[in-house]
Amino acid sequence: MVRKATCNSHGQDSSYFLGWQEYEKNPYDPLTNPLGIIQMGLAENQLSFDLLESWLASHQEAVALKKDGEFMFRELALFQDYHGLPAFKTALAEFMSEMRRNKVEFNPENLVLTAGATSANETLMFCLADPGDAFLLPTPYYPGFDRDIKWRTGVEIVPIHCSSTNGFKITKQAVEEAYRNAKKRNLKVKGVLITNPSNPLGTAMTRDELAILINFITAKNIHLISDEIYSGTVFGSPGFISVKEVIKGRDDLTNKVHIVYSLSKDLGLPGFRVGAIYSENDVVVAAATKMSSFGLISSHTQYLLSVMLSDKDFAKKYIVENKRRLEQRHRLFVSGLETAGISCLNSNAGLFCWVDMRHLLKSNTFGAEMELWKKILLKVGLNISPGASCHCQEPGFFRVCFANMSEGTLNLALQRLKSFVDSDSESNNYNHCRLPSLPKWVLRLSPSDRKSER
Amino acid sequence: MRIIVPLQSLVHGHGGLVLGSILPCALFYLLQHQFKRQRPPPASSPPSSIPRTASRALLSRSPPAAVSSRATSISSTDHESPHYEGFSKCFDDPFDRVTNPNGIVQLGLAENRLTMDLLTEWIAGSVKASLMDPEVGGLVSYQPFDGLVELKTALAGFMDQVMRGSISFSPSQMIITAGATSAIETLSFCLADPGHAFLIPTPYYPGYDRNIKWRAGVEIIPVPCRSTDSFRLSIASLELAYNQAKKRGVKVRAVLLSNPSNPVGNLMDRETMYELLDFITERNIHLISDEVFAGSNHGANEFLSVVDVAHTEGFDKTRVHVIYGLSKDLSLPGFRVGVIYSFNKIVLEATKKLARFSSVSVPTQRLLVSMLSDVKFIQKYIEINKKRLQRMYDLFVEGLKQLGVNCVPSSGGFYCWADMSKLMRSYSEKGELELWDKLLNVAKINVTPGSSCHCIEPGWFRFCFTTITEDDVPIVMERIERVLENNKR
Repeated sequence: MVRKATCNSHGQDSSYFLGWQEYEKNPYDPLTNPLGIIQMGLAENQLSFDLLESWLASHQEAVALKKDGEFMFRELALFQDYHGLPAFKTALAEFMSEMRRNKVEFNPENLVLTAGATSANETLMFCLADPGDAFLLPTPYYPGFDRDIKWRTGVEIVPIHCSSTNGFKITKQAVEEAYRNAKKRNLKVKGVLITNPSNPLGTAMTRDELAILINFITAKNIHLISDEIYSGTVFGSPGFISVKEVIKGRDDLTNKVHIVYSLSKDLGLPGFRVGAIYSENDVVVAAATKMSSFGLISSHTQYLLSVMLSDKDFAKKYIVENKRRLEQRHRLFVSGLETAGISCLNSNAGLFCWVDMRHLLKSNTFGAEMELWKKILLKVGLNISPGASCHCQEPGFFRVCFANMSEGTLNLALQRLKSFVDSDSESNNYNHCRLPSLPKWVLRLSPSDRKSER
Repeated sequence: MRIIVPLQSLVHGHGGLVLGSILPCALFYLLQHQFKRQRPPPASSPPSSIPRTASRALLSRSPPAAVSSRATSISSTDHESPHYEGFSKCFDDPFDRVTNPNGIVQLGLAENRLTMDLLTEWIAGSVKASLMDPEVGGLVSYQPFDGLVELKTALAGFMDQVMRGSISFSPSQMIITAGATSAIETLSFCLADPGHAFLIPTPYYPGYDRNIKWRAGVEIIPVPCRSTDSFRLSIASLELAYNQAKKRGVKVRAVLLSNPSNPVGNLMDRETMYELLDFITERNIHLISDEVFAGSNHGANEFLSVVDVAHTEGFDKTRVHVIYGLSKDLSLPGFRVGVIYSFNKIVLEATKKLARFSSVSVPTQRLLVSMLSDVKFIQKYIEINKKRLQRMYDLFVEGLKQLGVNCVPSSGGFYCWADMSKLMRSYSEKGELELWDKLLNVAKINVTPGSSCHCIEPGWFRFCFTTITEDDVPIVMERIERVLENNKR
């Protein structure tokens, strides 16, 4: 059997998969399984389902594939053009502009549609880098990148280490050090990939950080990919600043800056598998368009979404209301954590918080982080993502999602956490207290990334 | 990287390098080789860009940062192949009996429009119900990337209905991907490493050149089939190709073929299948059977899936993989549903993980669950579809016969494989492409020349008859006749 088929380097097979497995074996349900594990490792937005539901209910014609009484079905059934449904691309381009307060414009001809951002990121890698080349990524980063960026493309990731001392912001020194490290490893750096707003930090990137990156890629003549799939989840100030805004007027950069987008987070439609690459580099657009034939979005979905996104009223209302609900949920979560004596990184975006549990570690090591993670999974019954899986350099940080459950469930989760922290601090006072032993296979677990969640 | 395909043809002494297909491959290999040998320093610009000047204000664009060698070759591959050139011309000037009677008739796209009325009727009655899931969560949330269990179950049932074999398809051995195009690519990534090769009998579907080579980096070793054999696979040719590859140090990982064959339309018989399974078992390689046209078999002969034969003859099924999809048999290419069906646990595990890169949209999946579960409708659809396919096939083949053009007898697919070699100016690829060009630009019909399918004998063309109606057939024949007359002089 072939290397790729059995290769574990993407990490998906690793023991960290346990979190997901445990959840599936014992999922929390308020009625049927109140002691089950609460899923807080899935970055999915379930807060605004009702808005989508009511739109679908009041747009029966679109759902029935009709347009002005005419059936669209025949055209859609046969439509497999990898250039995408023009009406959908236009609507998507406008939606993306709206998301950036119309400070920038997106040309539909520069959009390439893909089956989700997962596919968009991989396709962009195939277009920008050869096997053995490298991309620099600030840590902590979304664990899925180890798979999407590296797996089939053969591209390496070299981390730009960010630290808690400055709120995990990107610094010039860190970027340059990463570049030097790549060189030491004889890797050709083709570009930098950032997620803005950040996953797992939940922060929107500042102008300073963007400036550092722009200067860097200009100097090295390399690419910048900005994964902006959480752009619609920014709910506080300073607000979202897209890289496209920052490079306005910089004609020397249009060939080097590419944006990845998706409707999975901003519009809460991960099941629709809608992603896009935006680039003003003609070669990249041409190549990516052809490659998109390996992951086209169904014409049926493109049509439905073209109608939904063209409904500007709905789109605007959704964005505003969704942000309001996210902010409210975020506040609830952060204050709940505070009650438990846990702090998190100041954030204004995303579907999660970057939680600081360093004070709960038995020692400042990743071993201790894993131990804490297992306890929280198996004893407290919360599935959260340990910082190690995001390549964080400092042990003790966890990404905890708050938007994929009801308020009641979130409160329960916070209660459980508080009880744990209280009892844990008590037990820490008893030096001779033996912790219940964990099964051997659990002790052998090592941190790595996890499947399917973002 | 070795330049295998052009050498292959030279070794076999076939008439020259085929323009439409070999050159782009050679170019691709050469470019890859070139880029690997000389990595330009990061700051240098590719030859085609504007050189940097001192004043940024004077520049409209600075030299772009280097893209990948893959991107460079893929973004420009299309222009060489007539198969794709024909598509774009047709797209710009499509025939319509009423609104554009002088447009180009599309006979180069294997798309079935004969039974859209049945599907439209079903959709009209059912689509709303199928989409209004009890909870919208079931429509919009993350679902397994390799497809909903309900869709796998429904698809397994559909495959049972279509293939009517001795073995029932199991949902647990299925991975759903966004189209058969993706299924083939994903399987290529799993069964071979870059530089490995698949043996593919020619003529073959032009898309394989992309699906297998572009990103998976797997090479194709063509196994020529001849008109004297009605283009059936000869195990002797397979052996020869395999041994030659071995001598050159190329690792062959699988045989890939389509059954019913695209572009020829013939079905593989039990005996050949048996010999083929023997062949791959002995050499410990895989067999990928692309059966996307299984349900579009309109002739007297029954379709036989390789899964069936492997099962009844007691072969090790872990090396047999089937590609399927709904683009042909259910005329839904726009919905993007492909299937990898395998008995091999490792392959299933691997392709399941790779499915994340090409998942099918959930609302589309739900709609299809509804449609495929309507077993009565599906049965009716399959039967009527076959009847209409047969009717068009008979009409079209007879029409060509009247013009002195004979086709290989076939019963699968949406097309006929026609011999126009006697009607070319010269018996060569050049003659073939000249005729193709006349057909496209003078007769204004788009057909696929055999060279795009890597056929070793010049003069063969694939005519798809499912994109037109019965009334269009005389118009098409008349146009072809005009060109053939002119070509003879």
